[in-house]
Order: sequence, then C-alpha cells, then structure tokens
Amino acid sequence: MRNSRNSSALPRVPDKLGHFGVYGGRYVSETLMPALIELEKAYVEARRDPSFRREFHRHLREYAGRQTPLYFAESLTARLRGARIYLKREDLCHTGAHKINNTIGQALLALKMGKRRVIAETGAGQHGVATATVAAKFGMECEIFMGKEDVERQSLNVFRMKLLGAKVRVVESGSQTLKDAMNEALRDWVTYVRHTYYLIGSVAGPHPYPMIVRDFQSVIGQEARRQILAREGRLPDYLIACVGGGSNSMGLFYPFLGDRKVKMVGVEAGGLGLKSGRHAASILAGKVGVLHGSKSYLLQDRLGQIRHTHSIAAGLDYPGVGPELSYLRDQGRIRFASATDREAVEALKRLAEVEGIISALESAHALAEAMRLAPRLAKNRLIIVNLSGRGDKDMNVVAEYLKASDEWQIVNSE
Amino acid sequence: MSRIDEKFSFLGGRGETALIPFVTAGDPDLGATLRILGALQRSGADLIELGVPFSDPMADGPTIQRASERALRSGTTLPQILEMVRQFRRDSDIPLILFGYYNPFFRYGLKRFAREVEAAGIDGILCVDLPPEESGELKRWTDAHGLDTIFLLAPTSDAQRIRLVTEQGQGFVYYVSVTGVTGARKRFEDHLRAQVDRVRRVTRLPVGVGFGVSTPEQAAWIASFADAVVVGSALVQVIEKAPGWRKKAEGAGAFVARLKRAMKRVSKKAGGERLE
Repeated sequence: MRNSRNSSALPRVPDKLGHFGVYGGRYVSETLMPALIELEKAYVEARRDPSFRREFHRHLREYAGRQTPLYFAESLTARLRGARIYLKREDLCHTGAHKINNTIGQALLALKMGKRRVIAETGAGQHGVATATVAAKFGMECEIFMGKEDVERQSLNVFRMKLLGAKVRVVESGSQTLKDAMNEALRDWVTYVRHTYYLIGSVAGPHPYPMIVRDFQSVIGQEARRQILAREGRLPDYLIACVGGGSNSMGLFYPFLGDRKVKMVGVEAGGLGLKSGRHAASILAGKVGVLHGSKSYLLQDRLGQIRHTHSIAAGLDYPGVGPELSYLRDQGRIRFASATDREAVEALKRLAEVEGIISALESAHALAEAMRLAPRLAKNRLIIVNLSGRGDKDMNVVAEYLKASDEWQIVNSE
Repeated sequence: MSRIDEKFSFLGGRGETALIPFVTAGDPDLGATLRILGALQRSGADLIELGVPFSDPMADGPTIQRASERALRSGTTLPQILEMVRQFRRDSDIPLILFGYYNPFFRYGLKRFAREVEAAGIDGILCVDLPPEESGELKRWTDAHGLDTIFLLAPTSDAQRIRLVTEQGQGFVYYVSVTGVTGARKRFEDHLRAQVDRVRRVTRLPVGVGFGVSTPEQAAWIASFADAVVVGSALVQVIEKAPGWRKKAEGAGAFVARLKRAMKRVSKKAGGERLE
C-alpha cells in the first residue's frame, strides 16, 4: 500500500476529486455520493494507520499465501530463444487469482466502517469467489451479481461461491455479462447503501475505487520488483499483463511507474479480431465516455450507447477500462496490444505443455503477447508476465473451443 | 427568467404544486411519444420530463429499463428525439426537461448538444449520473444557451451536499424520495416531509419530489409540502400496457388528469420558513 514510486515525471494521481488527468471522477447518482465520500475518508485514514497495514499484510501472508513466487520459465524461454521470461505466480494465491489481495483489503475496510453486508459484481467468477471467501472468513453477509452468460460458462465458480455461503444473483438484463452485473450491483447498492459495502473488483468505478483497488493490488508489483532485483540484480525490460478492467495490470505496473526504463504492455481481449467488431479492446478500439461512475475509454457506438463485447475470457469481457490505464495510455507510459481468443487458447496450451502450468484464459492473453515479443528480443532481456490466475475454471470453455477447432484432433491423438 | 422559472412562479402565486410526468422518448417509438406529450399537456401536466434512452440505465428499476430497451429497439436516437421535440414545440410552450444519463450527451459533443437542445425548444437538463462536482464541462455550454441544469438530492445527502446542490442547481431541485432506483413504491417514509422542508429552508429554488410516486393519494400527500411531484414509472406502466398510439396517449392523459385532480384538492401548507 505504500507508494513505492521513488522517482517519477508523472504527477500524483488521482487528484482530490478522483481525476486521473481528464479520466476518472465520480459520475454517480446523488444517493451514492455521500457513501463514496465516506468510503474515501475511511480509506485515507486506514492507509495512514500502521495497524491497518500490518493486519492487511498479515492476512496476505497467512491467509492468501503471499508472497507469490517470481518463477523463471526456463523451458518456455529456451524454446522461444529470446528474452528471459519470468512469471509472477498470482495463480498460486488462495482462491486461484490475484483478486484476493483486493478483497482482503476492502473487507477489512468494510469491517472498520461497520458494514456487515458486502455485494460484488463478477465476470469470470474469480472476484466473486474472492469476495465470498473473505465474507465467509470475516462473517459478513454476501451477495454476488453475475451475468447469465457468465454463470453458464463459469459454473464451477458459481458452485464455489454458493459453497462459501454467498447468494449468487443471476443477471438477465442487457448482454448478461460483467457490465450488466455491475449495473445490477449498483442498483442494489443505491437501495441498501446505508448498511451495504460495495466491493468493486477492478480499478474501475467511481472514485475512490480505482485508487483503492490499485493500492491493494500493488503488492504484486512491490514483490515482483524486489524479487527480480534479488534474482537478476536489475529491473526488468518489460512488464506484461492482461487488461479487462485492469486490476492485475495496475497492481503489477504501479510500483514500476517511476522506473522510466521499464516498458509496460497491457494486453486487451481481441476476441474474434479487432476488425470483426467482436472483441473487448476498450483502449485500442474505444472512445472516451462515461460508464459505471468514471470517465475512461469505452466501447460504444457513435451516439454513446454501450456496445456488446466478446471475449473467450469472461474476466476481460467488459466494454470499459480503469481510468488510470486510459491516463497512462495517453501519457505514452503503457503500450497496448491485443490477443485473440485463438491466440489466448494457444498460449494457454503451450504454457501447460512446456511448463506444467495451466493459466487462466485472462492471463493467457498476456502470455500470448510475451510469446510474440520474446523471440524478437536479445537473450539478456527480461520480461515479467503477470500470471494473474489459474485455469481450472476455464477447462470446460477451453475443451469446447478445442473440440470446435482442428486442434482437438491434435490433443486427442497425442 | 427561464420557462421553468416562470411556470413555478405562476403556480406558486396560485398556491399550486406542479405535476411533472416523465416518459421515455421513443417508447415504443417517437410517433407514440409525440401523441403522448400532447395528451399529457392537455390533461394538466405543468412541466414534462423526457427521458433519453440509454443502454445501461443503472439508476432505473425494471419498468424504465424496459422502456429504454423498447425505445432503443425502435432505433430512437438523440437527433430524432430533438426533431420530435421541434414538432411538439410548434403548438406547445410547456417547459420540457431532458432527463438522461451523461454518456449519450457527452458523446454527442457538449457544445453541439447544448446548441441543438436549445434550438429544439428544451428548457432544462437533468443528468442522473452527473453530480455538481462533474458538471463543469456541461454547464459551460448549457449556461451559454440558457438551459437550466437541474440537480438531485437524496435522503443520504447531508447539509454540506444540500448546500452544494442548491447553490449550483437551476430550475428546481429534484428530491429523490427514497434510496433506490426508479419504480413505483407502496409507501413512503413519514420523514420525507421533514427532509423536503430541510431543503426548502436553505434555497429559493422550488423542490420537486420524485422516485416511486404512483397513486393520486401519494401525489396529493406530497403536493401538500413540495413544489412539484414527478411521476415516472407508474405512467410508463400505463403506456406499456395500452395497445397502440391512440390508447397509449388516452391512457397516459387520463392517468395524469387523475393525479392533477387529487393534487388540486389539497392546499399547500409548506412546513418551515422559505428562504426569501
């Protein structure tokens, strides 16, 4: 949580009203404004409180299983014959993804504020599971909003949430994915705002959420920075992370922002290809707009209606992106790339085959970019990929995808 | 003085409370809306809120969500809505408020938006997801075009926010009666009256109450202490259920006439002092 940016040409963001340059802010109905101001106050106090920080890090260590390894992917590096690839193993966190870092932090905040009911939106179900998990641990009532399409493609996570004692609310409006789950969670929050804590899972939403989630997730980058310095004696040349809303990428990137020589690549969901229009690449193909409480790049039509998105990875299937990522994109600090459904599945398979690690489909988008980039770099270059989650939840989706393509034959015949 | 100010000052002089019906533009298409607007005016509406449909109406309950979906399905766009308003304006001078979410306005280009909205004959803008803190870039253009920017207050607003909203607001203050989304409610909390009085004591602006008002009895009760009553979802339901343009317009008119009659039977006994 400590701001570990030692030197930086970029100004401190967000400002007092939550703006990252022109992005961010608080675009919500009046009913929620007092709750957001109260949350910001509670968070600023907690951030300064050494006992809150100690408790947060104790739970990260003892409950979430931190720190996570920075793993040198030796076989993958050898095959690609280029830069040395390290994987930040967030997939080894309790519940199987980086999402738990943030839910522990925000659950502690909710308790401090005296809220006994938490709600959350979820796409892939990883944030839903991580929220249900901390709600069980800290004895809070929990409801998770999830789009119908996601409930179907991530049934394992739905079962886990229920087992953890959470109520899963199936959202049937709109495109029935993450965006609609967030609409419904906001509708619940505006109704029960007095005793409910809305635990947002990404660096999106109204201020102060993008800042809070970034700070709690930046433990990823703080560890990775220490680990690569200990192992290689120098900073990496590239950081690569997938970007849906952007929490795992901001978590990895943030502590390196002041290190001007470290290049950063955010990988968006290319779906069936950017030209197909069926993707979720908000920054590469979107225009500036306002959704879910903040201003950022958005996939929308000419008249400002939000477009339906597509990605094989439910956790990336979202038309917006965190405001700080939009800001850092405009500053030229982060380069954005995309990987298609097919490239993500291929990257997932390849990592499984050569390293014995089954990545989440979301994280596989970052792997796909690393596999493209590494062979073009000298062998002494260093890449860190955020392996933000594990792939158990995706096995049905991957099996079906492979069955529908020729590659199924290859898997079966081997 | 804007058309909205004039209307409130006229009604205030007669001790009357304004009735503000809300309809979603383009539900189920703009031809229907044009006829419905005429019926609302003839039946006693004092001002009209015209909703601009949005793909992600997160402040709305199921009724207005469905209305937005119907409007978008029939291809309703902001330029078409403004064209319909121009037609309606030929024989009407009732104050019109454009009610919506910020993104479609923002995407249109705020300068162009304010110019075209004024030219069409709209009087005020109400953006449900735009608190005063973020309204600077919109107000820069709406002020230039003489449009009122209307802000909301809610049961959760404290004294500081009441001050901010009443200082920045124009036209009237929209008081959200309950925490929650739009939609008909069976009953209101008794302290609604005290909350409205609290706002009226610190501002000259009229205070309208909306969200959940669905029956003539509720409208009459609120009329006894507020300056305006907004009725949305209950009216949208009437429109939803009636078949065809003519029945929809007739049903909407009859419903609004019942509300207005009930409101006229009560005399306004506003509690507390007004700021003069």
